[in-house]
Amino acid sequence: MEIFTLAFMQRAVIVALFISVVTPLIGNIIVLRRLSTIGDALSHAGLAGVTIGLCLSFSPVVSAIIFSVLSALTIEYIRRSFPNYSEMATAIVLSFAVGVAAVFSGFVKSTAGFNSFLFGSIVAISNFELVTVIVLSIAVIIIMTLLYRELFYISFDEEGAYLSGVPVRSVNLVFTVLTAIVVSIAARTVGSLVISSLMIIPVACSMLISKSFLHNTVLSVIFALFFTTAGLFVTAFYDLKPGGTIVLIGIAVLVVILIVRKQR
Amino acid sequence: MAILEVKDLSFSYPDKSILHRISFKINRGDFLCVVGTNGTGKSTLLRLILNRLQPTEGSIKLFGTDSSQFKDFGKIAYVSQKATAFNKDFPATVEEIASLGLYSRKGLFKKYTKEDRKKVHEALERVGLAEFANKKIGNLSGGQQQRVFIAKALVSSPDIIFLDEPTVGIDIKAVDSICCLLGELNAGGITIVMVTHDISSVIYHSNKVLILSEDGSSELISSQEFTGRSLMNLQHHSHKEV
Repeated sequence: MEIFTLAFMQRAVIVALFISVVTPLIGNIIVLRRLSTIGDALSHAGLAGVTIGLCLSFSPVVSAIIFSVLSALTIEYIRRSFPNYSEMATAIVLSFAVGVAAVFSGFVKSTAGFNSFLFGSIVAISNFELVTVIVLSIAVIIIMTLLYRELFYISFDEEGAYLSGVPVRSVNLVFTVLTAIVVSIAARTVGSLVISSLMIIPVACSMLISKSFLHNTVLSVIFALFFTTAGLFVTAFYDLKPGGTIVLIGIAVLVVILIVRKQR
Repeated sequence: MAILEVKDLSFSYPDKSILHRISFKINRGDFLCVVGTNGTGKSTLLRLILNRLQPTEGSIKLFGTDSSQFKDFGKIAYVSQKATAFNKDFPATVEEIASLGLYSRKGLFKKYTKEDRKKVHEALERVGLAEFANKKIGNLSGGQQQRVFIAKALVSSPDIIFLDEPTVGIDIKAVDSICCLLGELNAGGITIVMVTHDISSVIYHSNKVLILSEDGSSELISSQEFTGRSLMNLQHHSHKEV
């Protein structure tokens, strides 16, 4: 338990707790709107932002946020240009982000720093990143709470929402930007390659149990909190990569729920 | 006063002309059935009225306002053809779905009160589903789900409800019960506009029928006249067979 008295570990725990709340909040809407690939595209965009930041000696988290938000806006633009093939937008942005990350990674001096963004790191979180995560997470929680009904309505029936006066386009735009922010701030702890899993797995677990939208939202946050805290404990004691450990714990819980459900 | 006025409305898809200079008026308290064979533009007409499509020519006025400028969403409600085609695993209760209907009256960022919750329960009672309020919507039958969507339409106390083929994919018993429910709502003062391909179960509740033809034209007649014509057609066919 001594390890949790260390400053870097305390920072990691605080960041992990905030991320555990915001990722399933976003993931819930992404899963129910069948947009799971957006998480993947934006996490790769975040990674592209990280490589650019590392190359230019600029804060990687801030550059990841900027690059992800721009990518999110591009996805929205392409989706509107191809309304019947909207899934193409995520594939285009993902390919572009991978291309940028691959090209710029050749110029990154610190390979360890780059790897920490790929699979997450609990020792690398700076005080500036801690404050960034806390402020942005609180902003995301407030906006998601304010737009709870609108996002629920759009997730269930987008046309019905439009005809009831929901500003569908604006809400979609705000939501995509929030997704980009969450993906970027979670990259440091969980890692860009597994962040989309943290958005999806807690929601998948809660969907197997819950009956209501509210229940599903709350339960997915509880699952995510459990996965990340358990993941950090295991990581601290066995010196593993936090992102992978958190996701594997999530998958294990999902398998257990599926088995228990089948036996009933 | 006409609450819906369609004047010289035409609509074409790039490869096909659907509606050609159709005009009709609906007054408060009317129950209009829109009928026609497949491809005559029944659902297209509804989408034009609800400003989801733009007409090639002509105008549509809802409560005296051009439909493209109409923003008083609380006055109208819509039950879509795809209402029951949602993902059955969607985690939402009957009460949560019915509550969505409050949005058109409340708007952005407004808190829902006890009074609003009461309205939702009253609407569910009206469609006979109050005891299912906490059930997951995906676990209900097709007929029950359609009733939930009618309850969702009712919670905003609309003046007019538009329904697009609300009885598709529902067993005959449930169809009768939904048509009776719509008749009751209409008797209570709500104007109904319903697109349907199966008019037999709803004709006795309606008072007007809009017939859309394959050549893009339309004809508005009373339900009695429609029934009379149907009987004459039936007799004509049976004489031919004899």
